[in-house]
Order: sequence, then structure tokens, then C-alpha cells
Amino acid sequence: MEELDGEPTVTLIPGVNSKKKQMCFDWGPGEMLVCETSFNKKEKSETVPGCPFIYIIRKDIDVYSQILRKLFNESHGIFVGLQRIEEELTGKSRKAQLVRVSKNYRSVIRACMEEMHQAAIAAKDPASGRQFSSQVSILSAMELIWNLCEILFIEVAPAGPLLLHLLDWVRLHVCEVDSLLADVLGSENPSKHESFWNLPGNTQTLTELELKWQHWHEECERHLQDGTFASSPRLESLCKIMLGDEAALLEQKELLNNWYHFLVTRLLYSHPTVKPIDLHFYAQSSLDLFLGGESSPEPLDNILMAAFEFDIHQVIKECSIALSNWWFVAHLTDLLDHCKLLQSHNLYFGSNMREFLLLEYASGLFAHHSLWQLGVDYFDYCPELGRVSLELHIERIPLSTEQKALKVLRICEQRQMTEQVRSICKILAMKAVRNNRLGSALSWSIRAKDAAFATLVSDRFLRDYCERGCFSDLDLIDNLGPAMMLSDRLTFLGKYREFHRFYGEKRFFDAASLLLSLMTSQIAPRCFWVTLLTDALPLLEQKQVIFTTEQTYELMRCLEDLASGRPVRGEPGAQRLQEDIENTKLEMLRLALARNLARAIIKEGSLEGS
Amino acid sequence: MEEIYAKFVSQKISKTRWRPVPPGSLQTAETFATGSWDNEENYVSLWSIGDFGNVDSDGGFEGEHQLLCDIKHHGDVMDLQFFDQERIVAASSTGCVTVFLHHPNNQTLSVSQQWTTAHYHTGPGSPSRSSAPCTGVVCDNPEIVTVGEDGRINLFRADHKEAVRTIDNADSSTLHAVTFLRTPEILTVNSIGQLKIWDFRKQGNEPSQILSLTGDRVPLHCVDRHPNQQHVVATGGQDGMLSIWDVRQGTMPVSLLKAHEAEMWEVHFHPSNPDHLFTCSEDGSLWHWDASTDAPEKSSLFNQGGRSSTFLSHSISNQANVHQSLISSWLSTDPAKDRIEITSLLPSRTLSVNSLDVLGPCLVCGTDAEAIYVTRQLFS
Repeated sequence: MEELDGEPTVTLIPGVNSKKKQMCFDWGPGEMLVCETSFNKKEKSETVPGCPFIYIIRKDIDVYSQILRKLFNESHGIFVGLQRIEEELTGKSRKAQLVRVSKNYRSVIRACMEEMHQAAIAAKDPASGRQFSSQVSILSAMELIWNLCEILFIEVAPAGPLLLHLLDWVRLHVCEVDSLLADVLGSENPSKHESFWNLPGNTQTLTELELKWQHWHEECERHLQDGTFASSPRLESLCKIMLGDEAALLEQKELLNNWYHFLVTRLLYSHPTVKPIDLHFYAQSSLDLFLGGESSPEPLDNILMAAFEFDIHQVIKECSIALSNWWFVAHLTDLLDHCKLLQSHNLYFGSNMREFLLLEYASGLFAHHSLWQLGVDYFDYCPELGRVSLELHIERIPLSTEQKALKVLRICEQRQMTEQVRSICKILAMKAVRNNRLGSALSWSIRAKDAAFATLVSDRFLRDYCERGCFSDLDLIDNLGPAMMLSDRLTFLGKYREFHRFYGEKRFFDAASLLLSLMTSQIAPRCFWVTLLTDALPLLEQKQVIFTTEQTYELMRCLEDLASGRPVRGEPGAQRLQEDIENTKLEMLRLALARNLARAIIKEGSLEGS
Repeated sequence: MEEIYAKFVSQKISKTRWRPVPPGSLQTAETFATGSWDNEENYVSLWSIGDFGNVDSDGGFEGEHQLLCDIKHHGDVMDLQFFDQERIVAASSTGCVTVFLHHPNNQTLSVSQQWTTAHYHTGPGSPSRSSAPCTGVVCDNPEIVTVGEDGRINLFRADHKEAVRTIDNADSSTLHAVTFLRTPEILTVNSIGQLKIWDFRKQGNEPSQILSLTGDRVPLHCVDRHPNQQHVVATGGQDGMLSIWDVRQGTMPVSLLKAHEAEMWEVHFHPSNPDHLFTCSEDGSLWHWDASTDAPEKSSLFNQGGRSSTFLSHSISNQANVHQSLISSWLSTDPAKDRIEITSLLPSRTLSVNSLDVLGPCLVCGTDAEAIYVTRQLFS
């Protein structure tokens, strides 16, 4: 268990009487639920009116800042691009590409910083101005750390170019704050070292450089000892600085903002060909000298020190603690993983650290009402637990409109998450049925290939028909198309409607054979048989004989099946009336069928018939 | 297509629309409106793309679009249309239709009129109503037609408090989009793959014509009418298929073109160059379809910024009755002669492109990656 660095902050919940009542809470993925309980704190049984609300407390305010949203969106694009080109990264160009990606990330941070800075200046009240400014310094620190990691871990600058990169790093971060200070210290450097290093091409080897530098260093020392600059104390201290004299450098402490500026300046003048592995010695001593025992290192200092020590794990760990959002560590770790740096370190959860951080970050995104769409891609690139996490999260997104539901469904379908598709479609279909949008309900069940639900919708239609005597939503039933095959009940509905259409168009023979096939093919629900048979009546009563003898026998068989199979239910009163009606219908049908049979036999028996 | 400017705006954009230029003027598009969605607070915003010298006061770059003003909008912005130069109509996921008025002198937006219960559900047997999202709106001064998830069509008139005409239960499924054919006829598309034509002169709640796709009843999400030929209509479906219809001929589409890999959210004919069509989709791409017949010059070999040209011969279905006299290249039936050049306009794959609009040489689109892209050189 980590020790607390400071006192935990107290947040007051408005409306909750924490003095009198006990509170309860529960953790969520990025938030906390808090409410009052009915237990009193002290043993008095006062009936104090309780607070009826449940509060959602979010600790992560970063996610809600407008300007930071741009950071999340732009970095998402870079992240996905990096994962996609992973296969193409080979050989020498690999390092260059990874450096480019790193620079992209940093430019996004800088753009965000710039905008936040503008917002700080334009802020109307000092409190929000301060908030923006503190965000700017957090972003600035993030970029500082990232830049150093880029130099040490991704660029992997060897001795020689290493110092140049470090110089750029310092110049970028120190000089932007106060360019005036930079002029004093910075202007002396270029003339001396640029011509010295012969920057473009850099065809000199390290040893050649070292020799040259040694020569120059000795010359400086000679000048100092000869007292060439004795007349001007300023020039003399300048010479001492150029010799790397620590004391002289420390005298200029006000001009050096921080210990790493001191470090790089020191290295420039005393050890310009410093090797990466030796960096941490100088770093530690620079830190100690600069702080001089007056103050203790801040979290940023510890992170930078860990970087100089090439302890990636420590860098990530410290950053995770210091920063309130997983964004930085998730993206940096992912990039370092692509540089194949994490496997070489013996972490006890190995390369899963990348996945752990990405999962945390993505879960945080899913807690946001809008940024959840970004989270999907992050889960995609977590090979072990990404899919499972996505399945759990995606079902819980509130679906307020069909358009949002369609987007969520598309995400699920692209990843073959059929269970989630089915469950989401079922929820939407149920909602549609409740709102009497049967066409929508049907379209959702078609999408989910949910035969059971299609049956439910068809039953609704049939029930409506029985109650009202006519079909609602003919536009839907008439145009089912191949979707009709989804469920037997649906097929029946479509065909039954077709029967009505045939009858309306006076295509009696087609209607008759369709009706018969509906009954004999067993797709008609039993409760509907009476209706079907009753529908046969007008056909039986036509002047011309429509049903053949075969068909008539079939119909009679169905009728008898129906009559014999009817169960006797309780409730004598109304039931008897119902039965009477049923019996009358059956009698009429029997009569009509018998008559038809007679006519059909005659017709088929006579010469014209066939 | 040379330069396309992207700007991240911290809100997912559901709709983008150019402000119409006054008829007969030589101005190009300068201002566009956007609507956001899926935020706790959604906004309808107006943006300007005017030239700003090298760096403007906000440190933005030359050519980048700048926010002029915005106003809170209750619910997701499901559709957006300019009613006239100053007024914008917005359709909300709460079932409300709002007319916003832009005041150019102090650069603000205000609510001019609102119909709060334009769309709602009534449960079976219960008198209570719950709100239903309004999914599409189309304007033809002074009329506004809206459609929604409740399958209802409303005809409003600006400055009338109540709807002039309402067709309840016009559709048993969700109506996704609506367009004017020739006033007073409108055309709607729904989530069971049907186009329905409604004539407001007729009484009753039945459409005057129904057209549908053969085969699977794929939901249709967007529709646009050819600017000059009012019987030619393009629709986009859930499977990313682009269909061209001739509403005078039969009930099936004339052409079916395999386009995107996911839902096509919007399709637009270019208003002054109707041989050009634009579509955008959930798969994160925006395509420019060029059916103009001066093909040789167009076979370009640009390689920059993800522009890829492919030639596609379109598949035809039901070409039985198409006459030779039709001049529209979209309806033409000769696959050998007519090739459509398709170009992808966005530099890299992004999250869903929800909306686009074209006016003159300018195109604007908005994405779920919270970015707005603008180009002013469509036909370079």
C-alpha cells in the first residue's frame, strides 16, 4: 500500500447532512455513487428529513474539459494509425517512423497547450484563468517527459548526438517560458559548439570530436590561468562556465530555471560526448547540487531522474501516480511497446502492462457520454481482455435514438459480437412494440435474425386483425419480401395477406389453393383455423365451383380436426355463448362444404368438368 | 481536390449545412451551420470560412474555419436545414422542431419558433405520450416538413403555431429522411427499405406511390433529389448501397451501386453540377462520384492525400422501360460507355462521417471524431 503523499482532499456533497447521517458509497468505473442512509450518526433518534438524491461523483475532471477533448480525439487517430502500420514497420525505417509518431503525439500536446494558454489569457475570472494555467503546466510537464523519453528510448541517441538532442530539449522547454533568459545563456553556445560539431552530416567520429573538444578545453583553461580575462570579472566567470566549472554555473542559478537545464549546460561544457549510460551519474549530482539541500525533489524531478536512469518501469509508475488521467501513460507505454522496449524489462506482469494501461484508459472513455466511441478502438488492440471488456461495456451504452443504436450495432457486427447484437435488437424491438411501431419492431428482429421476436410481432398483427377485422400497416405486410422466411408465423402473415389480396382481385382459384395450403402446411396457428375456414365460406358460396373434391375433402378433414380437438374450458356463462357461436359457425361450414362437395363431384363427373 | 482543412471542435458533429447564397449572386459559400449530438449539452453553431490574412487574432491558421456563434440545443441535433438566409430549422431527438434566428449585427442565435411535441409515441391503450426523435426535416419557404421515429409526417408553416397538416402513422416503421419532389409532393424513406411519395393536396393518410428494393428490405437512411430532374432520386442504405430511382418508372431502382461498407448517412447531388454526387458513411469515408462524361481528363494520377480513383461500371436492374431521351447520366444504361469515377476525399480513415454539404466549389463535412473538414477547391 502506497503511503499518502499529502492529506486527502475533502469534497462536500451539497444537500447531504454528513454531520447527522451516515453516508454510503459505491465505486463505479470512473465515478462514485454517494447517498445518505437512514442511519443516524449519533444514537439520537431524531427524524431529520433525509436527502432523497443519489449523487454521482467524478474524480476525473480532465475528461470533461473541452480543450482536452481535442487531445483525446487527435491522439486516438495517431494511436490507431500506429497500430495499423505495425506490420509495415521493418528495418531502418522503423525507428524513423516511430520517432515520427512520437513527434506527432508531442505536437498534439503542444497544440493543446497553446490553446489552453490562449484560454487562460482570455479567461474572464481569475479562478478559471488559474485552472487553465495549471492545466498548461501539467501539459507542459507531460511534453517535457515525453520528449526526454523520445530522445532516450525511441531515438536512442548515441553519445555525441545525445547532447544535441538534450540541448534542443532544454532549449524548447526552458526558452519558451522566458526567451530573454535564453538569450543570455543561449547566445554564447551556438558560435562555440555549432561550428565545432559540424552539424549536417556529422562525418566526424566520436573520438575525433573528443580530441577536438579536449584541445579547445585546454585552450580555455590556459586562457583562464593566464588571466586573459582578469580585467573583466564577467568574462572571467564566462570562461569558467565554459570550462564547466560547477561553482561558476551555480552562481547563475537564477538564470537556470531548473536542475536539468543545469545538467545539460554542465554536460555541454564538461562532458559533451557523454554516453547514455553515464547520464544518470551527472543527473543525480546535478539535481543534488542544484537543490542544494534546500528543497526536496518534486514528482516531475523523480520522473526525469528515472528516465535518465533508463528505468522505464519507474517512469511509467511515477507518471501514473502523478497524473490524474491514464491518457499519458497509456499512449507512451503503447509507443514504447512498439519499440520493443517493454519485453526486455523484467516486469512481473510483463508486456501486459501496456494492455492494463490501455484497458484503464478505454474504460475511462466509456464512462464518458460521448467519448465512448474512441474507447472501442483501444479495446480492439488489447489482445487478451479487449474483446471481453468491449462486450461488457457496449451493452451498457444508453440508446436514446435509433441512429445511436445503429452505430452501436455496427460496432458489434463488425466484431462478430452476435450476442450483443441480439440483445440490443431485442431491447429496441420491445421498445418499438410498446410504442406500437410494429414495422420498426419487425425491422429490428430481421436485423438480429431473431425468429422468436418476428413470431411475436406477427402474433400482434394477427391479434389486431382478429379484433378489428382488418389489417393495420398494410404497407409493411404487403412488402415483406424475403424477410417473410424468418419465422413461420411471419410467413403465414404474409401469405394470409396475399390470400386477401387474391380475393380482392377476384383471383378465386389462386385464393382457394393458397388458403388450403395455409391450412395443410401447418404454419397456421391453431387458433386461427376457425378464421381461415370462415374465410373459405365466401369462396364456397360462389356461383362457380372453386374448390375441387380433393380440396373439399381436405377442408372437411381440417374442420373435423378442429371440432374434435377443441378443449372444454371452465366458466360456463360466457363460454357457452362462445361455444354456441362456434357451433353455429361449424354447422354452417359443414353445410357449405357438403354442398360444395356435391357440386364439385357433379362438375368433375360431367363431360365439361375436369 | 487540393486542400482540405480539418479542425477538432470538441463535439461530435451530426449535421453540417452551408448557408445558401442569395440567388443570382456570385458569392461563394462562406458560412455553415453545424449541429452536435451525444453531448450532455448539444449546440447548433455557425461557422465562417472567410479569409483571415496569415494568422488571425486567435492564433488560428489561414483558411481555418472559425466559430461565429452558437446556441444550446436540447437533445441531439438529428437534422438541420437552412430555412432562409437568417433562419435555421433543427430537428431534435426529443421530438422538438426549433427555428433559430441568426442576428448578424451582434453575431448571436436565438430561438425564433418551436414546436415541442412534433413527434411522440402513443402506447397501445394508454393516453400518455412519450417523446419520439424527429429524424428528418426539409424546408421550402414557407413550409417545413418533418418526419420522425413515430412514423408521423408533419407539415408546418413558419409563424403558424400548430401544424398545418399531420399524417399520423404514415409508416409503421421509422421514417429516416424526407425530401421535396415537386411541391406539394414529398418523398420519404423508411427503415424497411421503402420510398413513399405523399401528395399534400390529397386527403387521407395513404401515400400516392410506394417504391421498394427487391430482395432484402434494407433500411434506407438518406435521400436526395436531382436538382434539375425532379423524378430522379438517390438513396443510401444501411448496407452502404447507393440506389438511383426514377419515380415515374416502376417501383424498383434503376441502378444499384455498391458503395460503402457501412451505413450511408447522407447523399447529395451537387446543386449546380448534378453529374457529381457525394456520399458519406459510418465507415469513415466520404466519396465523390463523378458521372460527367468528359472522362479522359479526369483519369488523374494524383497520389497525394489518399485520393484514389477507380472506375466502376454500375450494375443495372430493371432497365426495361428507360427511354433513350433521358439525358441524366445517372439513369443511363450503357455500362461500357458510362463509367463513374469515385474519389475518396478524406485524407485518412476516421470515425463515422455523419454529414456533408456541397455548395459551389465548397464542401463541408463533420465526423464522430469531433472534426469538421472544409475544402474550397472541390473541382480543382
